[in-house]
Amino acid sequence: MNRISVSMLAACGVLASFPAAAADAELQALREEIAQMRKSYEQRIDALEQRLAQAETGRAQAPSAAPAAGAAGFNPEIGLNLQGALTSTRLDPASWTLQGFVPPGAPDEVGPPRRRGFTAQETELTLAANVDPNFRGYLNLALTPDNTVELEEAYFQTLGLGAGFTLKGGRFLSGIGYNNERHPHTWDFADAPLAYTAFFGNKLTAEGLQLRWLAPTETWFELGLEAGRDDGFPGGARNKGGSALGAAFARTGGDLGIAHTWRAGLSYVATDPGARAYDGIDAAGLNTSVAFAGRSRTAGADFVWKWAPNGNPTERNFKLQAEYFRRNETGSLSCAERDASGACGGAAGLADSYRSSQSGYYLQGVWQFMPRWRLGYRHDRLDSGTTRLGPALVATDLPQLAAWQPLRNTVMLDYASSEFARLRLQFARDNSRGPGLVDQQVWLQYVMSMGAHGAHKF
Amino acid sequence: MRYFMMLIAALLALPAQAAQAALNVLTTVPEWAALAQEIGGDRIRVASVTTALQDPHRIEARPSLIARARNADLLIATGAELEAGWLPVVQREAGNARIQAGQPGYFEAAAHVRMLEIPAQLDRADGDVHASGNPHINTDPRVYLQVGAALAARLAQLEPANAAAYQAGYTAFAARWRANLARWEQRAAALRGQPVVVQHKSFSYLLDWLGLKEVATLEPKPGVEASAAHLSRVLQQVRGQRPRWVLRAVWESSRATDWFAANSGTPAVVLPFTVGGSDAAKDLTSLFDDTLARLLAVK
Repeated sequence: MNRISVSMLAACGVLASFPAAAADAELQALREEIAQMRKSYEQRIDALEQRLAQAETGRAQAPSAAPAAGAAGFNPEIGLNLQGALTSTRLDPASWTLQGFVPPGAPDEVGPPRRRGFTAQETELTLAANVDPNFRGYLNLALTPDNTVELEEAYFQTLGLGAGFTLKGGRFLSGIGYNNERHPHTWDFADAPLAYTAFFGNKLTAEGLQLRWLAPTETWFELGLEAGRDDGFPGGARNKGGSALGAAFARTGGDLGIAHTWRAGLSYVATDPGARAYDGIDAAGLNTSVAFAGRSRTAGADFVWKWAPNGNPTERNFKLQAEYFRRNETGSLSCAERDASGACGGAAGLADSYRSSQSGYYLQGVWQFMPRWRLGYRHDRLDSGTTRLGPALVATDLPQLAAWQPLRNTVMLDYASSEFARLRLQFARDNSRGPGLVDQQVWLQYVMSMGAHGAHKF
Repeated sequence: MRYFMMLIAALLALPAQAAQAALNVLTTVPEWAALAQEIGGDRIRVASVTTALQDPHRIEARPSLIARARNADLLIATGAELEAGWLPVVQREAGNARIQAGQPGYFEAAAHVRMLEIPAQLDRADGDVHASGNPHINTDPRVYLQVGAALAARLAQLEPANAAAYQAGYTAFAARWRANLARWEQRAAALRGQPVVVQHKSFSYLLDWLGLKEVATLEPKPGVEASAAHLSRVLQQVRGQRPRWVLRAVWESSRATDWFAANSGTPAVVLPFTVGGSDAAKDLTSLFDDTLARLLAVK
């Protein structure tokens, strides 16, 4: 509006100062002059408007300079997770065993209760940072109540390999299954599913390389291959160059509308333990030493479905999670006396073929019925199948391997005072020890997270 | 074997062709998708991974998010740790070098804006605090001029052939936006200095723009839900100040706001917060039209 009135005014002024009988040439010059004046005014007004706008926005919105941090700015992200529990069990935790299955390594803090009363579970210390534009480093140390430090994870990961590829190297939680890659502080129950305890000693850790490829499709589809050492369960004691543990996984997932999300996967783990040993007791109560050598192949399937109204899980949400594993093992089993007990044919021992096909699954649902409060139920079921032993081995020397189908039902209620603090009450009824041996377990657990808290996976 | 190789070659060529068609832009929240669309027009293909009904702090790194990040040429985030709980996982899992932090394909809006409420100390006893300041910059319309200028420059950097078009897109947007700002500021002039109660610190930038006076926050600490006792205290504290509204964003729980409104007589107003947060808020302009209309509807 201003612009028009100013140029009109100028035009009127110029016109008025000339006689009415102006020649054509004069008229032309006049028009040019007016046009020039108009242009010059418009330019000046434009410039003024621009300055005004700049001043307005500049005054209100001058970007704040990023705080310049010195050497401290390069500090890695540090996180600490405190976990502890008060547990009460009907049966002595030391007597816990998975009847029908070979013992899955030494018991740890994330499996079935190890002790009664107060216990500090694993304290996890994590450090992570970008190494350079191409790599990221991650360290997770578990401080156990036995005053030992376990190197849970220590790996590098590529950031920009491109074409959907990511390479990970070092020690890391294997990408198989759904629950395996998740640290205990993100679990929905205080202990690992029984299937994980039976087949991977609560978790499968790989020490080697992992290559993942994400397909360039609208639907999420990822393939992964892992190769590494196999010192941990279900592998063990094989002195071989190159790769001893091989794992592969494929997974896909997507959304159904905004409220529903699903994920499904298949996994495969292959390892050939050279001497996977455990300490046993024969039917007469004598100490034995048992070792397996041969092929161990585990296949698994996992499925997760999450629901949140409008895709906003803050208020209410539901999560259904199920995994199934089947392990086939063939090879030879040797049994010898331990502590000069005279069992299993004494010092010379016995050895013959061993063949087993064992499976297990769990199904769990966790429902956040109001902000902060969640209720969950988990059903664990294992089937030891019938272990076939060669004729040189005597079943009474190996009572641990007598067939059984362990069953455990768990309910939990937890309360999160914020994203960083959670208190959990959990009850379980567990008959893993064998026929007629039903244990009742009560957990009161806390999980506290401090410092830089890494983003969680789906 | 030859057919197999041809198939592989065709498969590899597919994403490359798709990428050439238009710049693939992915944003964490709807407002930056709307802004990118204003600037880029049909030269870019843009989508937001969340909707206005989702709490931007509590998004899950869903498989579909990772799949979409895999093919993105540019990832636009708010920054200031708003997406800290999920975006890093999406970036790491996507296997996409272009959208990693520090690359031209990763853009943070908050880096181009004057931040409010930068905490003097970082302690989680103070709730869910953000070291870089309040991240809800999207509620101040002036922000879109700065962010838009930086975004146009970034689009030009990613696709130099279209640099002039992106610059022109921004210039046209900025002209429209300045006219809108003048119109809104005139409409809202009467609101200056009015007392207001907010549920969460979601609207600090809106309040700063309109000159509203925040007399109380219902949340005792950021991200911590108010207890009944705390709400009663807030009620006593603001009784004499006669707040004109109690505000919440559409994705926030209605419980505290409704209780406060019922017990204080202060009208509760649900603001769309971002594009898609209400039926009327279809784009950036209608977002602020609707926001102002809802504020002005309360006399």
